[in-house]
Amino acid sequence: MPDDIRVLIRSNLDIVKARQEGRALAARTGFSATDVTLIATAISELARNIVSYARQGEIVLGVVESANAKGVTIISRDSGPGIRSIDDAMRDGYSTSGGLGLGLPGVRRLVDEFIIESVLGRGTVVRVTKWLR
Amino acid sequence: MEVPILKQGRYLIATIQAALSDEDLLQFRRALLDRVIQFRSRGVVVDVTALDVMDSFATRTLRDITYMIRLRGADTVIVGIQPEVAFAMVQLGLTLEGVATALDLEEGLAHLEQRARSSS
Ligand SMILES: Nc1ncnc2c1ncn2[C@@H]1O[C@H](COP(=O)(O)OP(=O)(O)OP(=O)(O)O)[C@@H](O)[C@H]1O
Ligand SMILES: [Mg+2]
Repeated sequence: MPDDIRVLIRSNLDIVKARQEGRALAARTGFSATDVTLIATAISELARNIVSYARQGEIVLGVVESANAKGVTIISRDSGPGIRSIDDAMRDGYSTSGGLGLGLPGVRRLVDEFIIESVLGRGTVVRVTKWLR
Repeated sequence: MEVPILKQGRYLIATIQAALSDEDLLQFRRALLDRVIQFRSRGVVVDVTALDVMDSFATRTLRDITYMIRLRGADTVIVGIQPEVAFAMVQLGLTLEGVATALDLEEGLAHLEQRARSSS
């Protein structure tokens, strides 16, 4: 989409940038303060995973609109090592880095739609949508 | 983005004033611990009112700060977690187990006073 916002993620500073862009976009789209914060938090987790595991990648933010619904999508994309077991990665408490292991399962709880695809040695894509209601 | 740390008697008051990067948070952890040691502080209030999100990293770092300061025999209170930030934390599954929280600076200081009284 032409209006997509693309934030390159290469360091922990870009995490802050991505969530500020997301916050602004969500507010412009009409989300409540609570939902804006949920969206910013989801972006923070996805962007941090890029920095932690793939070192670099991108976050793409966009508005989706259908006949009777409007929302924000967040796509997190990297060409990092990929995830060996998505089932494991989606479990609360599972972490290969000594983290809390709440990033991915937590993001799934924060949004309405959650799709993750990962290929070992190729990279990871997470696409989430939060609908305005 | 440096976090100002003020000394008020036996206590320290740290006020986060904007969104912090991971690097900023770790730098803050170091600076706060240094001050606690330098001033032999009895308690610390960390005001997070201005934090835009409390994600897994921020939560873990604040928890670590609290535990480290406790090893110095001092108490920490986190104040000012905004309602929407609290909501996002719960959805994410984050807890601040074993960490004292209070509504604002005033209540945070009152909590420290109470702790000091009950332990002396
Ligand atoms: N983009 C990615 N590329 C490769 N592996 C990933 C990626 N994102 C997540 N993972 C893997 O999935 C696991 C779970 O991720 P999740 O974000 O849930 O937890 P965490 O990052 O380990 O800890 P937390 O996010 O709570 O600090 C990670 O430990 C890592 O092994
Ligand atoms: Mg993570």
